[in-house]
Amino acid sequence: MSLERLLEDELIVATAGVEILGQALVDQATTIAAAEWRPPAAGTADALASLAAAGRTEAANATAIERMLAVRPQFVDVAVAREVIPGMTDTMLLHAGPPLTWDRSSGPIKGAIIGALLYEGMAATAEEAEEIAGGGGITMSPCHHHQTVGPMAGIVSPSMPVAVVRDADGDGVAYSTLNEGLGKVLRYGAYGPEVIERLHWIGNVLGPVVAATLKYVGPIDLQSLIAQALQMGDDGHNRNRAATSLLLRMFGPGLVENESVPLAERGAVFRFIESNDHFMLNLVMAAGKLAVDAASGVEGSSLVTTMARNGTDFGIRLSGTGDRWFTAPAPIVDGLFLGAFTKADANPDIGDSAITETVGLGGFAMAASPAIVGFVGGTASGAVRRTQEMYEITLAEHPAYQIPQLEFRGTPVGIDATLVVRTGVQPQINTGIAHKDPGIGMVGAGLVKAPMQCFAEAVVALADGVR
Amino acid sequence: MIDRITVHSGRYHDSVRLMQASQVLRTAAGVEEALVAMGTELNLTLLEDLHFDPEQLVGVGPNDLIVAVRAVDEAALATTDQVLEEALAAKRGSSEPTDSPPAHLVETAAATIGANLALISIPGRYAFVEAMGALRAGLHVMVFSDNVSIEHEILLKEEAAKRDLLVMGPDCGTSIVGGIGLGFANAVRPGSVSLVGASGTGIQQLTCLLDDAGVGIRHAWGTGSRDLSEAVGGSSTLRGLTALDADPGTDVIVVVSKPPATEVATAVRAAAAHCSTPVVVAFMEPGSTLEGAANAVLSLLGREPATFTIWPAASGDHRSGGLRGLFSGGTLRDEARFIVEPVIGPLFLTETTEGSSLVDYGDDLYTEGRAHPMIDQTVRLERLESTVTNTSIGVVLLDVVLGYGANPDPAVELAPVIRELSGAGIAVVATLCGSKGDPQGLDYQAGLLQKAGAAVFLSNAAAATRAAELVGGEA
Repeated sequence: MSLERLLEDELIVATAGVEILGQALVDQATTIAAAEWRPPAAGTADALASLAAAGRTEAANATAIERMLAVRPQFVDVAVAREVIPGMTDTMLLHAGPPLTWDRSSGPIKGAIIGALLYEGMAATAEEAEEIAGGGGITMSPCHHHQTVGPMAGIVSPSMPVAVVRDADGDGVAYSTLNEGLGKVLRYGAYGPEVIERLHWIGNVLGPVVAATLKYVGPIDLQSLIAQALQMGDDGHNRNRAATSLLLRMFGPGLVENESVPLAERGAVFRFIESNDHFMLNLVMAAGKLAVDAASGVEGSSLVTTMARNGTDFGIRLSGTGDRWFTAPAPIVDGLFLGAFTKADANPDIGDSAITETVGLGGFAMAASPAIVGFVGGTASGAVRRTQEMYEITLAEHPAYQIPQLEFRGTPVGIDATLVVRTGVQPQINTGIAHKDPGIGMVGAGLVKAPMQCFAEAVVALADGVR
Repeated sequence: MIDRITVHSGRYHDSVRLMQASQVLRTAAGVEEALVAMGTELNLTLLEDLHFDPEQLVGVGPNDLIVAVRAVDEAALATTDQVLEEALAAKRGSSEPTDSPPAHLVETAAATIGANLALISIPGRYAFVEAMGALRAGLHVMVFSDNVSIEHEILLKEEAAKRDLLVMGPDCGTSIVGGIGLGFANAVRPGSVSLVGASGTGIQQLTCLLDDAGVGIRHAWGTGSRDLSEAVGGSSTLRGLTALDADPGTDVIVVVSKPPATEVATAVRAAAAHCSTPVVVAFMEPGSTLEGAANAVLSLLGREPATFTIWPAASGDHRSGGLRGLFSGGTLRDEARFIVEPVIGPLFLTETTEGSSLVDYGDDLYTEGRAHPMIDQTVRLERLESTVTNTSIGVVLLDVVLGYGANPDPAVELAPVIRELSGAGIAVVATLCGSKGDPQGLDYQAGLLQKAGAAVFLSNAAAATRAAELVGGEA
C-alpha cells in the first residue's frame, strides 16, 4: 500500500466519525466500511495516546503471541501436589483468581477450603476447619502464582493429585487438579462426606491409574486433541464432551491392556471419566496455563496473560506488567439454573477457568459449539456472533483451533487490552455458577463479560511503564 | 526424483481438508507425488505403498501431520511449502453470516473490505490513536478532525514516512484521491492536474476554477492546516510532491497553501524546482491569488488565460457604507483580505459592529459546539439578518461553498436574507465555490443567489475585487 500505489489504485475507504462524509463517498460510488466508533473506556485516552506514540506495543505483542502459540502442551503424568508444585508447602492451599484473604472469601472458596482441610485431615469438623483458616493456620495463595490453575474455587491442597502438563517444545510445566465431576463437588464449595470420600478415591485410585495409563499409552498431545474436539462441537470450557471422549479413546488401550493395575480399578476409572463430560476441562486449563506463562513478561506487551476470578474479585494480568493484578468486583453470571435454583443463589463469577478464553477457547470458540447455544438465547447464529466479536480484540487467529462454521478460520486468540478499551468490547466468558453459600455446590452455568475496569487500569499502568 | 517427508507433531486437520491439500500439492509444478495426512496406521500404509521411506515414519502417530512430497528437484520441493500453507490456511473473512457484528475500529472496518485509506473524523482528542492504528495497519490516512496536538501530528507523519504512506491532516478538510472527493470536495472533471496543499477551501476554489476552464483534476491531496508550519516542516506536502512528480498521469502539479513558515517555503520551492513535472507554487500571500494560480496552470498546459464565470447582479445601485465579509473558508477570507485591504485600508478580522470586517466563521472561535458553516449556516444567517438594519454597512461579501459534505441547498437558505439586504440598499457580492458536477447544482444555486439580488462570482478573487471597488468607490 505504498504512496505510489495510491496514485493508481481504486480508492476503498474505511471511515470513523461523521456520517455525512461517509455518505458523500457512497454517493460517489466508492466502497466504504464505516466503523461504529465510540470513545475508549473512561480514563484511558491519554494512556492509549502514550502507547500509540511510543509505538512499541505492536512488536512486543507480536513476540508475546508468538510465544503463546508456540507452546505444545502434552499431558504426561499425574503427581502429588506438594511434590511437584513450585512453592507449595504442607500448610498452603492454592485458590482460583487474584490474591485473597479468608475474611474476603466468598462461600464457595470457604466451603472448598473447609473441604480441603477435612480431606487433608488437618481438621475433624467444618467448625474446626473454619477456625484454622480464619486464624491464619494456612497460607492462601493464588494457583496462578504456582504454575497451576483450578476451576471454580480452584482449591489445591498438598496431597491432592495433579495433572502434569509439559511443553513438548520447551521447558514449561503446568499443573491442575483432576476434575471431580458435577453436582456436589469441592470446587463448587461442597464439602459433605461424599465429597471428601470422592477426593480420597481420586487420590488413591484415579490419580495412580491415570498416571499408569499415561505411561502405557504415552503422552497425550492436548493441542491436537482440543483441535479435534472443537470440530466435534466443544468450546473447551462449558462443553468438553467431545474432548473427554477423545481422551478416553486414547486411554483405551491402557485401560484395557495395562495389567499392572487391577482390572476393577481400570474399570472404575473408565466409568468415572465416561460419566464426567468435564474431565478434560482441567487439562484444557493446564494447557492454557502453559501458553500464558510462556507469553508473560514481554516488556511493553498489552497481551492479556491472565483472566481469573476468586468469587470476590475478577482479575487480569498483562504480559508487559508482569505479576501485577488489575481487579474489579466479580460480576454475576447471566445463566441457566439447575432445578429450583435462581440468580439469587448465585455466587459472583469464580474460577481460573477463564484461562480457556484467554487462550482462544470457551466464549471465544463459541461458534464451534452449537450444542451450548442455550446460553445465548438458543440461536446458533448468536454463538457465531459472540466469537466474531472477539476477533476485534485479539491479536491472532489460532493456527490449530479451527471453527468449521467460519470456514475453518482459527479461533480469536490473544486478548489485547488496548483493543478492549478502544472498542469497548468485553471478553466473553462461558462459565459455571456456584452457590453463594459454602457446602451447596453447582447451581448453573452461563455467560459473563470480563469487567472493563480491569482492562482500563491495566492499560494505564502499561502506559506509565513506557513513558 | 527427490523424496521429502516432514512431520508436524500435534498439528491437526480433518481428513477431508487434508485430502484437498494433498490434491493441490500433487498438481503443483514439478511435484510427482504428494500425501498430506495425519499419521494413522492406514495413512502410514498408504505412504509405504507410494514407496516413501518407512524408516522416516518410525514413531509417527495419529496426532502427527505428515507431509510427504516427491518432486523432480530441490527447487520444486521448495515451492511446495507455500502451496501447502495456502491450501491449509483458513479463508480469512470469507464467511458471511447474516448478522456479523459491527467493527468499532477503523482498522477493523478496513480489513472487512480491503480498504487502502482511512477517513477519520472523530473528536480530535481520540483521533491520534485511531490514525496511528490505521497507519500501522498499512492504510493511508486522512484526518479530518482538528484539535490534534502538533506533537502527535509530527509522530503520525514520521510513522507514515517510515511506512511509505500518506497522512492527510490532521485538520484536513478537503482531498481528492483518484477523482474521489474526501471531506469537503467538489465534483470536478477528471484530468491530469494534481494538487497538494495545506488549504482546504484553497484546493476547492482552485479545482473549481480549473474545472470551469475545462481542465480536469487527477489528485488533490490535502495535507492539513499546519503541514507547512516550522514544526511539521511540510512533511506530507514534500512527500506528496515527490510522489506526484513520479506519477505518469500528472502533467502539472500545484502546491497550494496558507502562508507557510519561511524555511518551509524555501524547502518546498527547492523541491518544486527539482521536479521533472512542472510545478505551480501558490502560497496565499499578498499579491497571489487562486485565480492567478489557475491561470499559471493553464499557461503550462499551453492554454489562454481564462475568464471565470460571473452571474452579475441585476442592479448596480447600493447605499454607501463599509464592508461586511462573512466567510466559511479560511483561505478564501485571507485571499479576500489581501485584495480588499490595499483598496480600503485595514479590516477587522473578528466580529465588530463599527467599521469594515472580514470574518471566517469556520474558525474554531465560531464553531465551538456546532457544525461548520459550510454545513450549518445558522450563525451566518443571524449575522446577515442583523446587517440589514446596520446603516454603517454598504456592501456584504460572502462565500457559498458547494460540493460533497457541504450544505445540500445553501442558496435556498440565503436567498430570503439577501433579498432583504438588497431591499435595504446593501450590495451583496458572493463567491460561489462549486462545479457543474456538484450535487447542489452550480447554476441552480447561482440563479437563486442572483435572483435574490447578489452579484455571483466563481472566482473569489474576482468577488473580492468587486466588493473592494464598491466600497472603495464610496470612500
